Amino acid sequence: MKKLILSTAALAFSASFAMAQDVVRLGTEGAYPPWNFINDSGEVDGFERELGDELCTRAELTCEWVKNDWDSIIPNLVSGNYDVIIAGMSITDERDEVIDFTQNYTPPDPSAYLAMSDDVDLTGGVVAAQAGTLQAGYIAESGAALIEFATPEETIAAVRNGEADAVLADKSFLAPIAEDDAELSFVGPDVPLGDGVGMGLRESDADLRATFDAAIQSMKDDGSLNEMIIKWDVSSTF
Amino acid sequence: MFSYCADPDTLSGLTWLSCYLTTGKHMSFYLSFGVVLLLLAITAPAALMFGFGGAAAARSRVWPVNWLGRGYIAIVRGVPDIAFFLFFVIALDQGFEWMRHQVLCPDWDQPIRQGNDFIVCAQAKLPQGNAAQWLHEVYGFFLAVLTFAIVFGAFAANVLFGAMRAVPRAQLETAEAYGMSRRQTFWRILVPQMWVYALPGLSNLWMVLIKATPLLFLLGVEDIVYWARELGGTANPRFTQYPHGDWRMWYFLALLVFYLGFTKVSEVVLERLMQKLTHGQATTGGEAQRKAAA
Repeated sequence: MKKLILSTAALAFSASFAMAQDVVRLGTEGAYPPWNFINDSGEVDGFERELGDELCTRAELTCEWVKNDWDSIIPNLVSGNYDVIIAGMSITDERDEVIDFTQNYTPPDPSAYLAMSDDVDLTGGVVAAQAGTLQAGYIAESGAALIEFATPEETIAAVRNGEADAVLADKSFLAPIAEDDAELSFVGPDVPLGDGVGMGLRESDADLRATFDAAIQSMKDDGSLNEMIIKWDVSSTF
Repeated sequence: MFSYCADPDTLSGLTWLSCYLTTGKHMSFYLSFGVVLLLLAITAPAALMFGFGGAAAARSRVWPVNWLGRGYIAIVRGVPDIAFFLFFVIALDQGFEWMRHQVLCPDWDQPIRQGNDFIVCAQAKLPQGNAAQWLHEVYGFFLAVLTFAIVFGAFAANVLFGAMRAVPRAQLETAEAYGMSRRQTFWRILVPQMWVYALPGLSNLWMVLIKATPLLFLLGVEDIVYWARELGGTANPRFTQYPHGDWRMWYFLALLVFYLGFTKVSEVVLERLMQKLTHGQATTGGEAQRKAAA
């Protein structure tokens, strides 16, 4: 009898544990269109919103979206304020030491320089990038003077007002801006950086990572991931 | 919001603007003014309480309490605000969860720190992992208030500590001569008289606190500055129905008006409070009031 009560209690405990794990919180920045941004009604929107919702449906998870500042996006993940980073984060060795990544959901894609004129000095001039990004690290090593900004928007503004000669960012982010503004154009060759973009998870969350890995694989296999990439025009396809 | 807003591309002028200014995103912006005011309304008294506690502790004759009060004032005042705001919220959050973990899951056999990860059992999570998003936001707001209260409390403690010493010694000696205990002297003589000395310092702190609210976004609370930056940034036609250029200047101009207006109102209120506190005090202000009335 006693054993029965104990095992019932254990069952109830594990059931409630499973319940608590049911909601997966997805953290994003909400300032990097077309990857993720805040739409007119104030909600998270973009390629990663659609992708995240689809992955959660496939993995049969209930997901919730959380906005977080880019600078503190990794510390808040490891301290457990949300479970997944899905914010256009490129897979790099440095980040991989702190968190784990799923397989990439976009292939490695070029970054590009955007500038007001064609004759800027990309290795000796002043180049803007968002702080804590791959591009910032690349500029620092290229010999150019790096100025960092907290948001992608400010890096563009810096080029417009002459504070920086050029900005280095993902080409997919810069393309709609270059299209919209006749003064800005791409200069120099494209720069290949990183191993593609993946979801970031805590290193101790191996199960969740496997779940999302499988969901991403299934989207790669049936071609729906490529369709989504083309729809939002974020990168090349697989 | 309005029925004619269904297709913004066809609108122009004021009608366009009326639709633009009532999008869901703008509503969040307007709401964030309320968040900032609410934060100030809760933080100011909370910081004053921390300050009062700190000052009273720093005056204590019991040395552990005395050290605690002095240590609190010295450490928090000495560390840069921004370091506190970046570090404190995560540390406080982990502290609460760690304590709950110790109480709720005594049988847990895995380490809490696994490499970089901070893992507590599901019951100890704050708020619970499957709680509604608004609960998470309220909790974040609570952490923000607590952090502000701790930081500004230390400055308030120093102001109050000084104000307590500024109360004329003769007043306290008279109280002793009447046979009041130390506790009675503190509450009946010292505390009512110290506010007039504390108010200039406290009003300074209040002004700094008003301007410190943009730090909220570091704490994960979306405040007016976050939304102004977000709304003012270039809106590309691909991602919005209301495309526009870089309008951040206009949004920040609106913030400037808000902050200046708020500062003005604060000054008026603080001046009235000063008049009231000066009444009957043995200060030049109090003396001037007495002569004017006579």
